[in-house]
Amino acid sequence: MEYMTIDGIKVPIEDEKNILSLIRKAGIDIPTFCYHSDLSIYGACRMCMVEDERGRMFASCSEQPRPGMVIHTNTKKLQQYRKLIIELLLSSHCRDCTTCTKNGMCELQSLAYRVGVHSVRFENKKEELPIDMTSNCIVRDPNKCILCGDCVRTCSENQGIGAIDFAHRGSKMQITPAFGKNLCDTDCVGCGQCAVVCPTAAISIRTNVTEVWDAIEDPTKRVVAQIAPAVRIAVGDKFGLPKGENAMGKLVKALRIMGFDEVYDTNFGADLTVMEESREFAKRLESGENLPLFTSCCPGWVKFCENKYPEFRGNISTCRSPMSMFSPVIKEYFAKADKEEGRETYVVAIMPCTAKKAEILRPDNHTGGRQDTDIVITTQEIIRMIRQVGIKFENLESEACDMPFSMASGGASIFGITGGVTEAVLRYLSPEKDHTALENIKYSGVRGKAGFKEASVTLGERTIKIAVVHGLKNASDLIENIKAGKASYDFVEVMACRRGCILGGGQPVPMGPTTRTARMDGIYQVDQLSSIRYTDENPLIDRIWEDIIKGREHELLHRNMG
Amino acid sequence: MLDRSYYEKADEIISEHGKGKESLIPIMQDIQAQYRYIPPELLQYVAKCIGVTEAKAYSVATFYENFSFDSKGKYVIKVCDGTACHVRKGTLILERLKAELGLSDGKNTTDDMLFTVETVSCLGACGLAPVMTVNDVVHPAMTPEKVSETIKKIREDEA
Repeated sequence: MEYMTIDGIKVPIEDEKNILSLIRKAGIDIPTFCYHSDLSIYGACRMCMVEDERGRMFASCSEQPRPGMVIHTNTKKLQQYRKLIIELLLSSHCRDCTTCTKNGMCELQSLAYRVGVHSVRFENKKEELPIDMTSNCIVRDPNKCILCGDCVRTCSENQGIGAIDFAHRGSKMQITPAFGKNLCDTDCVGCGQCAVVCPTAAISIRTNVTEVWDAIEDPTKRVVAQIAPAVRIAVGDKFGLPKGENAMGKLVKALRIMGFDEVYDTNFGADLTVMEESREFAKRLESGENLPLFTSCCPGWVKFCENKYPEFRGNISTCRSPMSMFSPVIKEYFAKADKEEGRETYVVAIMPCTAKKAEILRPDNHTGGRQDTDIVITTQEIIRMIRQVGIKFENLESEACDMPFSMASGGASIFGITGGVTEAVLRYLSPEKDHTALENIKYSGVRGKAGFKEASVTLGERTIKIAVVHGLKNASDLIENIKAGKASYDFVEVMACRRGCILGGGQPVPMGPTTRTARMDGIYQVDQLSSIRYTDENPLIDRIWEDIIKGREHELLHRNMG
Repeated sequence: MLDRSYYEKADEIISEHGKGKESLIPIMQDIQAQYRYIPPELLQYVAKCIGVTEAKAYSVATFYENFSFDSKGKYVIKVCDGTACHVRKGTLILERLKAELGLSDGKNTTDDMLFTVETVSCLGACGLAPVMTVNDVVHPAMTPEKVSETIKKIREDEA
C-alpha cells in the first residue's frame, strides 16, 4: 500500500480522489465552505489550503494524493491565511448574527470562531441588496452570501434545474436568478437542497412557526399535527440522540406539551396512498393508458415534471401525497364535532420537506374550496419550537399517537426513503403476504443509494418494469431516455431529494455520510419493527373507508384535476 | 414582446453556430453586433434553444463588460480611460461629451436614441491619447473642442 504523510501521520492512499478526503480520513476536520463530496469540485473558498515541505500552498480539495507526499494542514502561515479569508468574508457580510435564522448553526460563524477571528479591520462597503421572500419555501438573502457556489452546483448538478447562478463580476458578483428575477418567477421547485448546502443564511427555509403558535393559542382552533415518516429519525439529531434513532414517541409527547390537541402519524396517510395508488396502477396496467405511472408523493418532483415535461403530466398519478390525503380525512373526521363545539380543525403537517409548503397552496390540494393542510413546518422548525418551549427532548418519555389514525404499516413508514413507495405498492399488489414475499421485494432492486435503480417484478402473469430515481437530474435523464425510446417502464418512482425525504430540504443539517447512512438504516428499522408490514393488513383502513371516505375517494384522496 | 423578426434572426444565428452550449458566447456576440445590445427576451430564447439554463446565460452575459442588456443609441461613443488617456486629460473628453449630450452617471444614452457614451479601460491606441471611438472609428488626440465639433457634425448629418 502507498502512503502519504499528513501532519506527521502516515495515511494509506486508497481510492481517494483528493487530498482533502485523506486529511479527513486521518481524523483532521479541515475546514471548507465549498466542498461537498457529491458535487463537483469548485476550489473557491480556499479554506482547505495545505502546505507542503517546500512551503508551497495549495487547496487540498483539488489536488490528487501522491505517494510519499508530505503535507501540513495547520502551520502558522496557513492559520494566518485562513484567518484573513474569513476576515475578508466577514467584511462584506451582513453580521446580524444574534437575530439570524442560522445563529448557532452557521458555518461562517463557527469557522470564524474556530480560526480565531476576533475583529474585522475592514469596513463593509457593500450595497445592501433586497431579500427575496417571494418563494413559499425558500428565502434568499444575498447580503449573507459568501459566493461559495454550493447552491448553484446543487441546483444544476443534482437537481438539473439551475434556477440560480452567479451573475456580474468582481465585487459586484452575486448569486441570483436570471435578470435579477424573483425566485417565484423561476423554475425553482422549492426542494430546499440549496438551503441544505448553504453555509450561511443566504438561503434559508421560509419559516411558519409563528402561525403554528398563533393557532395553538386560538381557542376556536382544534390544532392537529401529522408527522411525516422521515421526521422521526432526524428530529433527535439536535438533542444528542444517536443519528437515525426513531424519536417518534418523544416527538408526540413534545407536541402534546406544546399544546397540540391531536397528534397523528402521516404514515397512516401513506397507507391511504398505497391503497389508492395501487388501484390506480392496476387500472392503468389493465387499460394500458398513461404508462408509466409516475408517483406523485413528492411535490418537488410534481412541479419539476409540470415545468419541464408538461407532456408527461398525464403520467403523474392523480393521487395526492400522503400528507394531502390525510388532511381532508382528518377534517372530515372532525367535521361534526367542529360544528357542535364551534371550533375549526387546523392541520399542521410536520415534514422533512420545504416544497410541501407550496404543495398545500395548490388548488388541487383543496377540498370544497377549503385548504386541506393549513400549514407545513419542517423538522428544523419543530426543533426550534421544542427549544423555544425549553423541553428537554432527550429525556422525554415516549407516547403513542392518537386514535383512530395511529396504526400504520411498515410499508408506509418507508415512504421517507427512495424506493419506499415502490416497495410499499409492491407489497400491496403481491398476492403472497409472507416473509418470503417481503424478502423478495426487499431484494428486487428498489433499495439502495444508487441514483437510478431498475427492477422487474412478476405479478401474476405480467412482468412489471420499474424505475426508481432520486435527485431531479436523474429524473430528467430518465425521462429523456423514455422520450428517446431507449427505455420503457410501467412504474416510475421519483423523489426530488437525494435518498428521499430523509435528506429533505427541511431536515436538520449537516447531513454528512454518517448521517445519511444512519437515517437510511433508521427508517428501515421502523419498518422492520412494525407488526404490520402490508398496507392491506392495516385494520384501520377498512374502517376509515366505511366511516369517512364512503365512496368519495376522488374528492378526498385525489388531486382535483379541474 | 419582441417583434417576430428578432426570433427569426436569432434562429439564423443559432443555426450558424450550432446548438451546443459552447455556442452561447458567439451567438451573443452576433446578436449584439446585429442590435447593438442583447434583448433580454432573446437571451432567454437562445438559452432555451441551445440547452443552457437562463440563469447560466445571464451569468455569462453579465460576466463580460462588453455585453449589454440596454438598448443603445445609433452612435456608440467609447471614451478611453486607460492610463495614457487618463494622464492626457481623457476625463475632460468624457465631461464635455456628457455636457453636450445631457448625460449623467447611470444615464448613458440620449433620449432620442442617437448617442450612447461608454468608458473603456484601454482601446490599445495609447500613442494617440486621448482617444475615443465613434461606432469603432478611432478619433485620435481628442480635445473638448474636437468633441463638440464631432457631435455637431453627426447631428447635422442626421438632421
